[in-house]
Amino acid sequence: MKVKLQHLAHTRSGDKGNTSNISVIAYEPEFYPYLKDQLTAERFQAYYAGTVTGPVLRYEVDGLAALNFVAHGALGGGVSRSLCLDNYGKSLSAAILGFEVEIPDTLRPRLRGQALLA
Amino acid sequence: MNLKQPLRIGAGSAWWGDRVEPAILSAEQGDLDYLCFETMAEATISAAQVRARRDPSFPGYDTYLDDRMRGVLPGCLRRGTKIISNQGWINPDGAAERIVHWLRHFGARGVKVASVNGSLITDRVLELTDTILENGRPTSTLTPSLVSAEVYLGAEPIVAALKQGAQIVVTGRVADPSIFMAPMMVEFGWDALDHAKLGAGNGLGHLMECGAQVTGGYFSDPGFKDVPDPWNFGFPIAEVQPDGSAVLTKVSGTGGAVNLQTVKEQLLYEVHDPANYITPDVVVDFTTTRLEQVGPDRVHVSGIGGKPRTPTLKVSIGCTEGFIGEDMFFYAGPGALRRAQLAKRILEERFRIVKLDAEEVRIDFLGLNAIHGAMSPKDQPEPYEIAVRVAARTKTREEAIKVGREVDGMAVSGVGHTGKRVPHQDRTREIIGVWSSLVPRERVQPSLKFFES
Repeated sequence: MKVKLQHLAHTRSGDKGNTSNISVIAYEPEFYPYLKDQLTAERFQAYYAGTVTGPVLRYEVDGLAALNFVAHGALGGGVSRSLCLDNYGKSLSAAILGFEVEIPDTLRPRLRGQALLA
Repeated sequence: MNLKQPLRIGAGSAWWGDRVEPAILSAEQGDLDYLCFETMAEATISAAQVRARRDPSFPGYDTYLDDRMRGVLPGCLRRGTKIISNQGWINPDGAAERIVHWLRHFGARGVKVASVNGSLITDRVLELTDTILENGRPTSTLTPSLVSAEVYLGAEPIVAALKQGAQIVVTGRVADPSIFMAPMMVEFGWDALDHAKLGAGNGLGHLMECGAQVTGGYFSDPGFKDVPDPWNFGFPIAEVQPDGSAVLTKVSGTGGAVNLQTVKEQLLYEVHDPANYITPDVVVDFTTTRLEQVGPDRVHVSGIGGKPRTPTLKVSIGCTEGFIGEDMFFYAGPGALRRAQLAKRILEERFRIVKLDAEEVRIDFLGLNAIHGAMSPKDQPEPYEIAVRVAARTKTREEAIKVGREVDGMAVSGVGHTGKRVPHQDRTREIIGVWSSLVPRERVQPSLKFFES
C-alpha cells in the first residue's frame, strides 16, 4: 500500500544561513528501511523543486531511525534577505509529510494517524 | 557539590522573544543548580549595533533583561541557583551592572557577577579573516557594508568566571550549547581538551538550547503528535551525571512532553552532518546517541560522542544589505482567486510605471503559495479567502517604500472587493545580512570583569 510519509515519520526543519535542514524521523524502527530506501536525496530534491534551489545532502542516523536532509538554497538567500513570509523555513518540514511511500499492508495497524488514513 | 546527586541545569530562554513564566517556574520549583539563558539569533548583535547607533539610550543588552531577572532572581537566590546568560549582546558590562541593580533590589549583597567580553572583533575582522564561507569571496569585499563581526566563543571563559567565584555570568556572543555545558565542566572537573566528555556535554547543551523545543514546543501535529496542555509548556531541565549522560525532564504539572520524539527532533535541529557538529569546544557526534524513556517526561540520554575541537572559531559578520518593502491585502468569497490574480497583474504593471528598482520582487497568494513557494501543488481547490502578499528587496529605503505606496493605491484604484489594512504600520525594514568566516582560535582572547552587589 502507498501512504503519506506523515503516517510513518515526523519531521522538523532548522535554519542556518540559506540552508535548511529537515530531519525525517521514523515513528517505529521497522518503518525506517522503507524511508531509507525510497526517500533518497534525489527524490527529496525533486519534491522541493523550485523552492530548494541548491543541492540536497542526506545523512543517515541509523541508531535513531532518522534521516537528515540538508537543503542548500532553501531560504531565499538567507533568513534576513528572504522575501518569503516564512523567513526561517520553519514550515518547510511539513511539505515532505505528503511524500508517498510504498509499504507492506501488514504495517497498516502500526501507522500513526489511523483516523486520517485514506 | 555532592556528586552523588546529578547536576541540575535548566533552560531559561531559547531566544530573545521567549516566554518568561516557564523560566520563573523552573527557578521556583526546578531545584536547579544552574539556570541558563540563550537570547540571541544570528542577526541579534548586528541589529543591536544598528539600534545603538540610532538610539543612544539603548543599553545594548537583552531588552527583556529586566523582565527575566526580576522574574527568576528571587527563586535563584533562595535556592542558590547560579545563572549563565548571553543577554549581554553588545554590552555585557552594562548587563552585569543592571543585574547587580536587581540583586540589590532583592536585598542580595555580595553576590559576584561576571561579564565575558572579547567576542566582538568588528574593528579587526578583516585582518583576522580571509574568506567568506558561504561564497568563497574575500571578507574584504564586505568592508563598505560591515556592521558587526563577532566570534562564537566557547565555554572556557564562562568556566573561568565560575571558578573565580561568579554566581552569575553574563556574556556576549557564545555558542549556544557552551552556555549549558560550562557548569558541567566546572562541577565535574572536565578538561577543555577532553573531547569525549565535552562531546557529551555539548550534545546535551544542544538539546537544551532551544528550550521548549525539546519539551513539546514546535512539535504538535494534531492526530499524529499530540501533547497535553500545549499552552503551558515547561522549559527543559537536565539531570547530568559526571560521565556526561543525563535525564532530560521538566517541572511536573506543566504541559508538553519529554519523549523520544521530542528529543530526536531537537537532536537534529539545525544540525547538518550529525557525525560532525562543530562547536567552539568540540566536534559533537550525535550518531552514537542512545535514548531511553525512563519515566513520564523523562528521557535518558547517553552515548553522544566527541572529537577534538577545530583550530578555528566561527565569526559571524553582519552587513547592511538594503531594504525590504512589504504589505498585503485580501480577497474573499466566490472568485477571490481571480480577483487576486488581476491584482497581481495590476501591481506588476504599476511597479513598471513607477520604475521600482528591486533586486527581487515576490507577489504571492497567501492561502495558496506564499509559504512553500514554487513547489506548492498546482491543482489545489480555490480557497474561500486569499491574501495577496507583496515583497521587494531594494538597495534604498526610497525604493522599498514604493511597495506600500502601490498597495495603498489598490484601495480606491484597484479591484472590486479588495480588503485592505489601515497603513499605519511601517512597511519597510532594513536588511542585515549575515556572513560567516573562520578565525584562528589563538587570535581571540576573551576577558572577564567582575561586579558585586
